[in-house]
Amino acid sequence: MSSISPAGADVTPGGKDAGPAGPPGRTSLFGISLNIRQSGIYIAFALIVVLFSVLTDGALLQPQNISNIIVQNSYILILAIGMILIIIAGHIDLSVGSVVAVTGAIAAVLMVNYGVPWPLALLLTLIAGGLIGAWQGFWIAYFGIPAFIVTLAGMLLFRALTLTVLGNQGIGPFPDPVRTLANGFTDGYLGNIGLGPLGGADLFSILVGVIAVAGMATSQWRTRSARLRYGQDVDPPALFLLKIIAGAVVVMAVVVQLARFKNLPWVLVLLAFLVLGYSLITTRAVFGRRIYAIGGNLQAAMLSGVKVKSVVFWIFVNMGVLAALAGVIFAGRLNQAGPTAGNSFELDAIAAAFIGGAAVQGGVGKVVGAITGGLIMGVINNGMSLIGAPSERVMLVKGIVLLAAVAFDVWTKRRAGSAA
Amino acid sequence: MTDDILRMRGITKTFPGVKALQDVNLSVRQGEIHAICGENGAGKSTLMKVLSGVYPHGSYEGEILFDGDPCRFATIRDSEQRGIVIIHQELALCPQLSIAENIFLGNERAARGLIDWNRTNHEAGGLLTRVGLRENPVTQVSDIGVGKQQLVEIAKALSKEVRLLILDEPTAALNDEDSAHLLDLLRGLRDEGITCVIISHKLNEVMAIADSITILRDGRTIETLDMKTDHVTEDRIISAMVGRDLENRYPPHEPKIGDEALRIEDWTVHSPTQRERKVVSGAGLTLRRGEIVGLAGLMGAGRTELAMSVFGRSYGTDISGRIYRDGKLVEIRSVRDAIDHGIAYATEDRKRYGLNLIDDIKRNVSAAQLSKLASRGWINDNEEYRVAEDFRASMNIKAPSVLSVTGKLSGGNQQKVVLSKWIFTDADVLILDEPTRGIDVGAKYEIYSIINHLADQGKAIMVISSELPELLGLCDRIYTLSAGRITGEVSRQDATQERLMQYMTKGQE
Repeated sequence: MSSISPAGADVTPGGKDAGPAGPPGRTSLFGISLNIRQSGIYIAFALIVVLFSVLTDGALLQPQNISNIIVQNSYILILAIGMILIIIAGHIDLSVGSVVAVTGAIAAVLMVNYGVPWPLALLLTLIAGGLIGAWQGFWIAYFGIPAFIVTLAGMLLFRALTLTVLGNQGIGPFPDPVRTLANGFTDGYLGNIGLGPLGGADLFSILVGVIAVAGMATSQWRTRSARLRYGQDVDPPALFLLKIIAGAVVVMAVVVQLARFKNLPWVLVLLAFLVLGYSLITTRAVFGRRIYAIGGNLQAAMLSGVKVKSVVFWIFVNMGVLAALAGVIFAGRLNQAGPTAGNSFELDAIAAAFIGGAAVQGGVGKVVGAITGGLIMGVINNGMSLIGAPSERVMLVKGIVLLAAVAFDVWTKRRAGSAA
Repeated sequence: MTDDILRMRGITKTFPGVKALQDVNLSVRQGEIHAICGENGAGKSTLMKVLSGVYPHGSYEGEILFDGDPCRFATIRDSEQRGIVIIHQELALCPQLSIAENIFLGNERAARGLIDWNRTNHEAGGLLTRVGLRENPVTQVSDIGVGKQQLVEIAKALSKEVRLLILDEPTAALNDEDSAHLLDLLRGLRDEGITCVIISHKLNEVMAIADSITILRDGRTIETLDMKTDHVTEDRIISAMVGRDLENRYPPHEPKIGDEALRIEDWTVHSPTQRERKVVSGAGLTLRRGEIVGLAGLMGAGRTELAMSVFGRSYGTDISGRIYRDGKLVEIRSVRDAIDHGIAYATEDRKRYGLNLIDDIKRNVSAAQLSKLASRGWINDNEEYRVAEDFRASMNIKAPSVLSVTGKLSGGNQQKVVLSKWIFTDADVLILDEPTRGIDVGAKYEIYSIINHLADQGKAIMVISSELPELLGLCDRIYTLSAGRITGEVSRQDATQERLMQYMTKGQE
């Protein structure tokens, strides 16, 4: 070894040093490079939608059914957004189902029993959710108890609290604005427009869709040109255009179907803002970056000056607030806060995150992935009930999908590892 | 020669890219205490792992004769059946089990699958008397100190009817009293006919207890000395340990030394697991701008602990002492504080503590000072890309792009990413812990050039290294650390390996 001593020579480029280090799982397809591990989830989602469309003779994609899928899964999707942050940081939250129940109960007591105006009651409920998150975050981050244990305890604690508040009965009905938020639709402000063979559709909804698509396209375009200015690699123009068009077609198809039914569900508007906001936080914000750093290598994050405890604390506070939001929406949808509300929601939210590509060890995951994971389960639920499958079979299929999704992730990772 | 209990002949052990042992010979006589000495990385522990079957037969070349019979151990169990027992530096006890349970772990006193507790505790009591440990056998191991735990390990070895006992750095974590007791015990065992092989850095101990000494260097046997017939002194051992010629592996460098950048006074750190034990005690040192200062010390001397405790108290409890930055007394309570005061620490274990291996180069480079790339909490990821690209070019990081995952880079390139991360924090004081560990020779030269370059920019640099030639080749001044104390300060002109080794092996007086 010591014989290779460059006596005063310049830097010797050690041949061993230049190992292949490209991102894993890339295969070249007709000159278009495709990252299977990252896009696998979207392809799977598309396949599942196609499969159930065929099995249900197109009933899956009928206007009313699309609306149902969104409204019925909205609270799980909201929980999945909070859960993905926690899972990226390498933790878990088993208590969200019980937090949904207790915050729904708090909202009901405030609005129904005490007649607190609904905006104030909503705010107080969200604060209560935040305090619940702070309670759990304290034990996890500052006391050092594993999140699994703290939130398992929370699952029991907050269910017990729900039963104490509600007794053994539901409280309702909720004020109309809350029910509208959970279950209602935007008004037809601009009247209808004829879409030829598709019949009439709400003009306002379609305009919102067009604006959303235009916004998405411009922001993608601006990101791309900024990257080009910095000399970064970007998708070739054809692929870039293809992606934009595909995204626009999907969004517009959904919006048109919704516009033909009852306009846009308010929860969809809310979800759109949440997904956009949290996607930005995870990809662009310092705070989001720290979550990935903690999950990727806790020790390295600590030694890089990341205030690990505070970050972990705040993602649990955030989870509490989102669970409270889900709690109000769920109670508003049923028009009553019940003692069994939110049962096993935590499992659906966790499954959504893992189906959506999160890694069990932490450090990996995307908000959009978790939403897609949640929608995959929503479509399976909905599609199977449309073809009249019994609930045990739905459970069976969901279990297999979860296992298959994580197995696929582990498999691609291992393949990428051994290929190097 | 018939009284040799053990003969190892022509042992060669290769790891990918490294020859850890090369044609090593070792002969140990029946009933003696045989010491093995050598620098960190000389191959001592590897040799013992070959002997005890941790590295199975077939993974090395050469032969082992025990009692004159050739041995082919496939596992540790095979070697233990012949009466060869190794006690590692990191004790292998289960802290939540009792002393007796630990002694008979894997070797339970049982009848028909059920443990005979009376026999277990009774026999354990007998073994404890033999090693001079007055503790109840049912006491939980976590409730006794490290010194006593060491004795439990020996009792465990005795329970297996040990004939050759191997101890790897048995006194590294012990205080003087416990060390003395342990050495007495070893003498007693020798008188009972048990042969001991002891690996130790503490030369005074070796001189006091060994009957013969084998010295390893760079994976080769240098010589075996008989304490009775050869005229053995500590100096002679040291020169055999370090006697390696310094080749021209270091880029030339003219230091331009400026003002004091960092001064530590009376720095004392206690171990987080054994709160009464001082890992660093009363240490003081000064770093100046433009100067590369070395910190030498043997394994367990407290080098990393000293560095990490200064770096925002990221190691240790009950830390006391003063830190001066540019002559001003500062209070550094967290890693964030340290970074804000312009101090950086590049870890010795970059995979565990230095990098997020599942993330890309770009995000690893920016990780310690994201605020430089962000406004109001939002990151400018195009700037981040540019910064990372600049480092990739200037540090010569060999990767297809800065979006490459760091886990797939070679050791040298990973180290360059770590250095980039700390340079990006604009630190004035850089503490580099084993900056070239696990890096091939060509990349080492690059790292040395980077370090010189940083010093020329007026940064104060401290290099911690186990390789003395590296310190001699790179540093303008070298501190030595032994048992948590600064035992010497040597300038470049006066530094020799022998001298450093002398200071590094100074006991606690």
